[in-house]
Amino acid sequence: MRLRRQLLSRSSGGFFIRRAVQAFFLILVLISINFLLIHLAPGDPAHILSGQSGDEKYYEFIRAKFGLDRPLTTQLWIYLSSVARGDFGYSLGYQQPVIAVIFERVPATLLLMLSAVSVSSVAGVALGVEAARRANSFTDRAINTFAVLGFSMPSFSVGHLLLIVFALYLGIFPAQNMSSASQELSGLDYGLDVLSHMVLPVTTLAIVYLAQVMRLTRTAMLNVLGENFITTARAKGVGEGRVIYGHALRNALLPVITVIGSDFGMLLSGAVFIETVFAWPGLGRLMIDSLAMRDYPVLMGLFLIISTSVVVVNFITDLAYAALDPRIKY
Amino acid sequence: MITKTLKQDRNDESAARRWNTWRSFKRNRSALTGLILLAIFLFVAVFAEQVAPRDPQKMSDETFRPPSFEALFGTDDLGRDVFSGVIRGARTSIFIGVTVALLSGLVGVVVGLTAGYAGGLLDDLLMRITELFLIPPRFFLALVIAALFGSTLFTMIAVLSVTYWPTAARLVRAEVLSIRERSFIEAARAMGASPARIVFHDILPNALPLIVTNFTLMVSGVILVEAGLSFIGLGDADHISWGYMLHNGQHFIRDAWWTVFFPTLAVSLLVFALNAVGDALNHALDPKSRIEYLDKPA
Repeated sequence: MRLRRQLLSRSSGGFFIRRAVQAFFLILVLISINFLLIHLAPGDPAHILSGQSGDEKYYEFIRAKFGLDRPLTTQLWIYLSSVARGDFGYSLGYQQPVIAVIFERVPATLLLMLSAVSVSSVAGVALGVEAARRANSFTDRAINTFAVLGFSMPSFSVGHLLLIVFALYLGIFPAQNMSSASQELSGLDYGLDVLSHMVLPVTTLAIVYLAQVMRLTRTAMLNVLGENFITTARAKGVGEGRVIYGHALRNALLPVITVIGSDFGMLLSGAVFIETVFAWPGLGRLMIDSLAMRDYPVLMGLFLIISTSVVVVNFITDLAYAALDPRIKY
Repeated sequence: MITKTLKQDRNDESAARRWNTWRSFKRNRSALTGLILLAIFLFVAVFAEQVAPRDPQKMSDETFRPPSFEALFGTDDLGRDVFSGVIRGARTSIFIGVTVALLSGLVGVVVGLTAGYAGGLLDDLLMRITELFLIPPRFFLALVIAALFGSTLFTMIAVLSVTYWPTAARLVRAEVLSIRERSFIEAARAMGASPARIVFHDILPNALPLIVTNFTLMVSGVILVEAGLSFIGLGDADHISWGYMLHNGQHFIRDAWWTVFFPTLAVSLLVFALNAVGDALNHALDPKSRIEYLDKPA
């Protein structure tokens, strides 16, 4: 209840509107960057707007559609308004509008990312708290070394290692795809099948992310544990468990939440590699395929949608942060 | 006379700080491990021709040989020696990492120093431009530019520099803003030192620890992104790199795990070494550590 009141009072204070306008402006900039890249790239912009596999007649149609013989400012306007209408072009490779090709793949990537974020947030916070409680002990150093290690391995390498050990050598989990293609499954069986396919990719993505959350929780917890109200609570005889989880963690979680939000882009790039390693049919896989087929409209559409989603997630994180921390005034 | 004492003071202070820094660094075992690993990688990269037993590009009939005494890391689908490839790859990775970190570090330092010291309109303008480059997610920007402009060694370096300088610029600017408020800067100004002297003689040396730490972490970040881009097929095929070997090896992972395992080990160890050293420097120079990791792009 208090949270909601705070959120509302802040939004009436113009914070929400200012942030929303800013996000809108950023998205306009992103579309312009896309436009700029299309025109700066060597070769005919018509080829990049339509892909390499068209014929001369199709390129003529594209040139007319995007006004490629008109001044650049007019072209930018045409581009902006067609993107605003949700028209990201047509993919010759998939014989479908780009927007349809992309949205077909969104659920698979979302499933992968949300699962990984949940796993790594819970485990990362738990390990971070443990490391902070025993600062500079063996446990702390072990957790820290693991974090640096997790941070140093490229996500595709983590994926390859898990793949070699658990799918190829031990044969516990399936190595590729999102479900078994050979058999028709339905209901619960299908769910279990997808679940078993999810284990390795989700673990890979979670390991990469875990290190980050763990380190941040540890730093934040150490800061909070040094504050006076913790000493007061201990002096009053509050149990250690309550001090840690009830008092300290509640305050330490704020920066962790921001990082979970602001690392969204990192998570997406991790998904590209992991989807490649495990042949997971999501956005990352689509990006690699469109790269290989030189299907530029899909590639540029993906770039635009991914960077827009990063802006939107940052916007939501800002709002959540303002709502959760009464000290923050923008 | 006064000048002398001030200077003396500062020298004493910095000597003491250097000593503390080294002591704190030395205590950190993972940092020492990192330093040793780093030395090995550098040696191998510089003397790649002498260390590698064979030409890493040379094909032979002996395809998919598992690791043995003749071929330590085995051979790949074209009979190329994986051990020699890993050694040559060290050179490519380190070359790209260091060049990009130097280039974008230089641009970052110039922009950050100017913006931080000049302040006002120039600061605003430079920072808005910097932020513009930070809007699109770094990895995807690099990917799209490499896809559109082609991926030679040169474009790869250009692309990565374009995406890395803004972080350096922002970091240096923040540091300059805090240094210029300190009293010895005020003293220098009161004694009539020119802005150029203040910037290069007083501010820059004090910002240097941060710049060096950032450099180390930047090299590791760039190496990861480069490996990632090569892994998805955007590398320069003329120069053997770990990412390229992984890209090529992933199709044979079922039958020849060594084509993937050893390049993976190499990237991970090098990046671990750089991170451990950068991390330790970071803590040694400033226990309250300002830089968390830049980001994990790959």
